[in-house]
Amino acid sequence: MSAILTYALHYQGEFNKNSLGAVSEGAKLAKELGGEAAAVVVGDGEDLTDELCASLGKYGAGKVYRAKAPEGLAQPVVDVMAKVIQDEGYKYALFGGGLLGFEIGAGLTARLNAGVTMEVTEVAAQDGKLVAKRPILQDSAVVDVDYVSEPGIIIGRLNAFDLAEAGDDQAEVVDVEVQLEEHSTKASMVQRGEQRGADVNIEDADLLVAGGRGLGKAEGFELCEQLAEALGGAVAATRAVVDAGWYPYAAQIGQTGKTVAPKLYLAAGISGAIQHKVGMQASENIVAINKDPNAPIFEFSDLGVVGDLNKILPKLTEAVKAKRGG
Amino acid sequence: MATAPAEFPPPVDPDQEFVQSPTDPEDERIEVGVVIVGGGPGGLACAIRLTQLLAEDESLMESLGEVPVALVEKGKSPGSHLLSGAMMRPSAMEKLFPDLPPEDWPTYGTVDTDRVYLLPNRKRAIPLRPTPPPFRNHGNHVTSVAQLGRWLAQQAEDAGVYILGETAATRLLVEDGTVVGVRSGDKGRGRDGQELSNFEPGSDLIAKATVLAEGTQGHLTGAAIRHFGIGSEDPQQWELGVKEVWEVTRPLDRVIHTMGWPLHFGAKYREFGGSFIYPMGEDKVSMGLVVGLDYRDARFSVHDALQQLKGHPLVAKIIEGGKRVGWGAKTIPSGGYWAMPERLWVPGLCLVGDGAGMVNIPQLKGVHYAMHAGMFAAEAIVERLKNGGTAHDLSSYERRVRGSEIETEIHRSRNMRQPFAKGFLVGGALANAMEISGGRFPGGRWGTHDDATVDVFVGKERDYPKPDGKATFDKLSSVFATGNATRDDAPNHIRLQQKVPLEIALMWQNMCPAQVYEVPDEELEAASSGGGGEDGRPGRRNLDGKREVQLNVTPSNCVQCGAITAKGGRLTPPEGGDGPNYQQT
Amino acid sequence: MKICVLVKEVPDAAVEKRLDQGTKRLDRTGEKNLNPFDTHAIEAAMQIREGGAVDIDEIVAVTMGPESAFRALHKAVSLGADRSVHLTDETLAGSDVCATGYALARVLESESPDLVLLGQQSDDGECYTIGAVVADHLKMPSLTQVIKIDVEEGALKCERQAEYGYDTVQVQLPAVISVGDAINEPRYPSLKAIMGAKKKQLDTKSASDVDIEAGRVGEDGSRTAVLAVNPPPQKEAGEIIEDEDTGETVDKIVSWLDERKLLA
Repeated sequence: MSAILTYALHYQGEFNKNSLGAVSEGAKLAKELGGEAAAVVVGDGEDLTDELCASLGKYGAGKVYRAKAPEGLAQPVVDVMAKVIQDEGYKYALFGGGLLGFEIGAGLTARLNAGVTMEVTEVAAQDGKLVAKRPILQDSAVVDVDYVSEPGIIIGRLNAFDLAEAGDDQAEVVDVEVQLEEHSTKASMVQRGEQRGADVNIEDADLLVAGGRGLGKAEGFELCEQLAEALGGAVAATRAVVDAGWYPYAAQIGQTGKTVAPKLYLAAGISGAIQHKVGMQASENIVAINKDPNAPIFEFSDLGVVGDLNKILPKLTEAVKAKRGG
Repeated sequence: MATAPAEFPPPVDPDQEFVQSPTDPEDERIEVGVVIVGGGPGGLACAIRLTQLLAEDESLMESLGEVPVALVEKGKSPGSHLLSGAMMRPSAMEKLFPDLPPEDWPTYGTVDTDRVYLLPNRKRAIPLRPTPPPFRNHGNHVTSVAQLGRWLAQQAEDAGVYILGETAATRLLVEDGTVVGVRSGDKGRGRDGQELSNFEPGSDLIAKATVLAEGTQGHLTGAAIRHFGIGSEDPQQWELGVKEVWEVTRPLDRVIHTMGWPLHFGAKYREFGGSFIYPMGEDKVSMGLVVGLDYRDARFSVHDALQQLKGHPLVAKIIEGGKRVGWGAKTIPSGGYWAMPERLWVPGLCLVGDGAGMVNIPQLKGVHYAMHAGMFAAEAIVERLKNGGTAHDLSSYERRVRGSEIETEIHRSRNMRQPFAKGFLVGGALANAMEISGGRFPGGRWGTHDDATVDVFVGKERDYPKPDGKATFDKLSSVFATGNATRDDAPNHIRLQQKVPLEIALMWQNMCPAQVYEVPDEELEAASSGGGGEDGRPGRRNLDGKREVQLNVTPSNCVQCGAITAKGGRLTPPEGGDGPNYQQT
Repeated sequence: MKICVLVKEVPDAAVEKRLDQGTKRLDRTGEKNLNPFDTHAIEAAMQIREGGAVDIDEIVAVTMGPESAFRALHKAVSLGADRSVHLTDETLAGSDVCATGYALARVLESESPDLVLLGQQSDDGECYTIGAVVADHLKMPSLTQVIKIDVEEGALKCERQAEYGYDTVQVQLPAVISVGDAINEPRYPSLKAIMGAKKKQLDTKSASDVDIEAGRVGEDGSRTAVLAVNPPPQKEAGEIIEDEDTGETVDKIVSWLDERKLLA
């Protein structure tokens, strides 16, 4: 039974990490449903080799459907996936999060008159069907969502699905011919993937070192920058220090700044007042360094260190550098 | 030699700055029939009453043009900035909506049981029986004024009133000694007052009659009183109320008031006030602590005292297992009769409600007075504007107010608040005597005093509980709970001298329920002496209260309670829409 | 050119959002407001009009919502829309993303816009993609999370941040564009505009007025159903280290990070 079709985004010969996570998850779920898992890849470049596509077998995809169409845009993929799902009868379409995943999933919703759940953090198999779980209302509750009809569309939250290698099998690569809808040809990529200089958008950073009033002075941010560099991450700031002119507004996190959910949020000299907390509480791992043992941040940090950040940060930077191999 | 905040007056001249003639070119001015400033019970009752009267006089309605009645409200919507206890007397609702049965009012109905307790310490509660008369609330409705405001605004809009939320009235427009309208505030200014890319200037709203129903610390009300010289000899005084709304597991079946702990009894502290706990339906409770702003100890914090109070068994029992769902703060004028302006009108203008001091503090009543006054203003205005008249002479408004229960009741309590300047016990005895004698004994005129002239001292550290986020809360989380998301680069709307002696700075820091004012740690350290504390932090034992410090101000936390205006600063309305968005207070 | 701006009335940020346990839908009884992201969409429409590169015949605010949603339309009009359309019908209540996208597409079809603009997300639905659903129904090209729009002849040049950096995409009109909040700073409405909003044309449409098939909307027409609402997963209490020997402390931190593969 064709159970799950997962979209795998690629760019310059490599698959997107979130897509690989989704493929792994798709394989796991398909097994639970007693069906087959497949992946779909869309592009028009030389980098979409048989070898590359077949490598998705490592993550559990039995088949990989490959279609030639413009890259980096959602609507051509909608056309491709709609055809494959309709022709092969896949019950669920799965996406690993990220902009395109959302756009393609949404387009499919309309095309196939299907139910869709986005920001999914967990999927469970129940009585031969899948139930998607997603947080709502700013993560204050989690809902279980059932699909009333087939197919069902599942769009994961960023980083929700873990990569899992399922063996060495190579997937079967199947080329599909798809006639694109007229409207899918109306958007054209002028420039893709432009890096915009040193300003890393903190919302995209996987690792953030954030500084607050406890740094004592503007120069304290040098400690944060050094640690961030050692970790390969970016620097963020609280409203109080931005107000004081110690760091730019673009780095501000909190109720009136940016909301982030990186893999690591290391807060140095931050008390953890709720106005700040709401901007970073969904971070996967929260480490806090503060000299005040009563700081509210210790109530929701995963690792709290009570101590002087002026002593800890420099030593930590050295240790991280050493661990990561210079 | 102690210092008082009044020695450091804020850099502001209300008359010069907030009163002017219209400046927009004539064809850009917005003309309305009547403009009301303030979407509280007073302003909304005025608006609704106007529509009721205009419905009976078509030609008058037409003469008022396209927008007969406009109401400006600086909060997001009427209700956003409203906060009170409250136990509302029903008379105003009955008059405004004679055909609406009380069950359909947006209130929580009446409560049959009243209790008053004197708390001598953190454990005991002595019931005062029989319930002292000011605290008898039989027949009064438990009301959330925020909800009342929202409901009244709906009624007003349905009746055709133009409600302009997110609009601050920043200037009073006066021409040839007559009030001709108000000017709305600019939007889109940066921190230093510069025009941002989306800058939108305010507009002159020209009206045939203006009603100021701005509530406590009314911005234009204060300016008008100064400009027209209609203030009383006795300055206004204020109490600061901080309240919370709780979802509770067991319904509360009584109205409770307490006095005493955690306020200090001694005369040198001058801590006057008490708490209220009112049931809101079956599953919620409204509770708050109200304290006079003429207290002296710079360490005192009403918000933290409220947190302390929740630890008393009497209160802890009520909120056990419950959840806090609201918080807010606001000042209440308590100068009573003597502090009310000498005149409540000038050509083209009526002053209504809390802004004009129409509050009976001993009885904690003011909502219905505001509504009655609003209705009187509507009636007086319609009387004058009929048949092509002008609102030049609004003395009939004053006559109505002075001839009503507003006057008689506030007059009766006229000397009851002032004795508490002598401390709780002496004050209590005197107040009781006045109560029993219906205000006649002791008689005379007990002058009020400006809260900012009271000198402060830095007392011992208070025993405030460390917030646990479940029963007790810190100020920042509380501000967050009000929905306050004022933009960070908004101009500072608080006029204040920022370089002041430490004892004044500390007083402001502790006074403000929203943590707007902070003495930076370095300044505190520099002013301390006498060894460190156990955790290595500066010893708080010996603080040099006279040392000048530079105060930090975070205006975006402000919930516009008005306390700073009472104690040496001057609050002005920030950009319309800023501040809290109260739902159930 | 005609621009339709899709707007939504959402619970105000100050109102504690809760689900009605009975209907498992968002409790919308509290205070409501125009979805903040939609103000950016209206501003984008206004900037296109004021930019002068193309003649805009009208900007129409469109919403699907209960009776009270007319307020969101008034706000949209005060910000510059010329008139508004309110799709409201009991049968639409409880519609999921699929049903909502379909219904919105139908009402937009009745307006035949050249460009549909909307905010990329709403405070309540947290679904981020209704524009893409609508676009497929309308058979128009679509982009979401757009933070810059330049008007060209018959097309729009848009910028957005995608998985690999900033993409510049040219989109031919008619199109559906969802904008991010970084795209512009919305203007404040003037008092005159606020007061005049009530008088602007507001057309109310029912589901049948725009040919919405009953079976495809509402709770019954939805393709997903909420089975249960649960509290969020309990976070395990964190570990606390008191720094005495900084060398040791730092070692502990590094192992902790390493265990979680954060030092890759």
